[in-house]
Amino acid sequence: MIAVLALLAGVVLGLWLDPTVPAALQPYLPIAVVAALDAVFGGVRAKLDRIFDDKQFVVSFISNVLVAALIVYLGDQLGVGGQLSTGVVVVLGVRIFGNVAAIRRHLFRA
Amino acid sequence: MTDEHTETGTGWPQPAGPVRPDGPAGEPDPRPEAPDPDELSPLSPQGRPPQDDAPAKGGDESAAGSFAAAVAAGWRRFGSATVMISVLLVLLGFTLAVQLKTTSTDSSLAAARQEDLVRILYDLEARDVRLRQDISTLEESQRQLRSGEQGRQAALQEATRRADELGILAGTLPARGPGLAVRFQAGAKPISAIRVLDAVQELRGAGAEAMQISGGDRASVRIVASTYFLDGENGSLIVDGRPLSGPFTITVIGDPATMRTGLNIPGGVVASVAQDGGNVIVEDREVAEVSALHVPRTLEHARPVG
Repeated sequence: MIAVLALLAGVVLGLWLDPTVPAALQPYLPIAVVAALDAVFGGVRAKLDRIFDDKQFVVSFISNVLVAALIVYLGDQLGVGGQLSTGVVVVLGVRIFGNVAAIRRHLFRA
Repeated sequence: MTDEHTETGTGWPQPAGPVRPDGPAGEPDPRPEAPDPDELSPLSPQGRPPQDDAPAKGGDESAAGSFAAAVAAGWRRFGSATVMISVLLVLLGFTLAVQLKTTSTDSSLAAARQEDLVRILYDLEARDVRLRQDISTLEESQRQLRSGEQGRQAALQEATRRADELGILAGTLPARGPGLAVRFQAGAKPISAIRVLDAVQELRGAGAEAMQISGGDRASVRIVASTYFLDGENGSLIVDGRPLSGPFTITVIGDPATMRTGLNIPGGVVASVAQDGGNVIVEDREVAEVSALHVPRTLEHARPVG
């Protein structure tokens, strides 16, 4: 409940403050968001599996974001930023799908 | 802190076991339990309650005394982990909203794929080339028009100049310039048309450019190529059909020295008039005015060639 409230608060804050994304962060922000979403879905699934761990969630959240951004940064430096970010998004998307499937099984038993 | 973290965080079922025993007798329920029902309620309303009840009862019995410690522990657990998660999720929501907004606001180019961008760039370059060609074409035509304008102006100037010259020669325009005034004063015999004609021919030969002859009554006639002179009655002169009475004055524009010499040559005009007892007075004029005009004949038969 608090998590959902925090998420909503963040959204409202983002809409309300309406900041502009610095150009330097522009390529990393979407990837970071997807990575964070992956962590969040993983957390929800863990909660449903009753193996949720606060510390693990926090660490995985932060490391997910950092690693995703790092990969994209590395890809940018190597000249394959676009492909690598696509790869990251695909991998994270697959994981999100898996997590969502698990959550769905939990919620609907199907 | 960290200890509690690991303890409470290792898994969901475990914290329910150890934490409940520690604290909640009945009142601390709000602290540890407030989050629990919220978090638990969505997952499995049917399965969960019995489990919850069991540990809660166990907690009641075991930790009836250590009440404050349980509250503190719950606070800390609630504080550190949940606050951290909340902060992260706020951050996530914030970023998500910002990103969505950014993407939706400038979706025109920033969201376009690379091939599209390349195509757009190519289109723009093609357009650039086309516009450059247009510019050069227009500049070329502008240059042509300008030079045409200049040529036309030059031609107009030339034509005007020629028209002026021809007008002066044909006697249709008044003229002024350095020249002479030649006065014929009759002696015993009146001035004959032949003498006047001689004088006119002499002046033409000496390079006269415009001439007019005026009589005593200030009537003037322009002398052009077709002008004729006839002897009239009583010493008058008929010039181009107009009778002029003496004394006659020919006003001529041209080089004064040459014309004077031409008039004064031995056996010339001056000498001939003197033989007849008359007198010719030649005066230099700084500005001789030839203001009489000749009405040009309208040509009926002659047509320009070409």
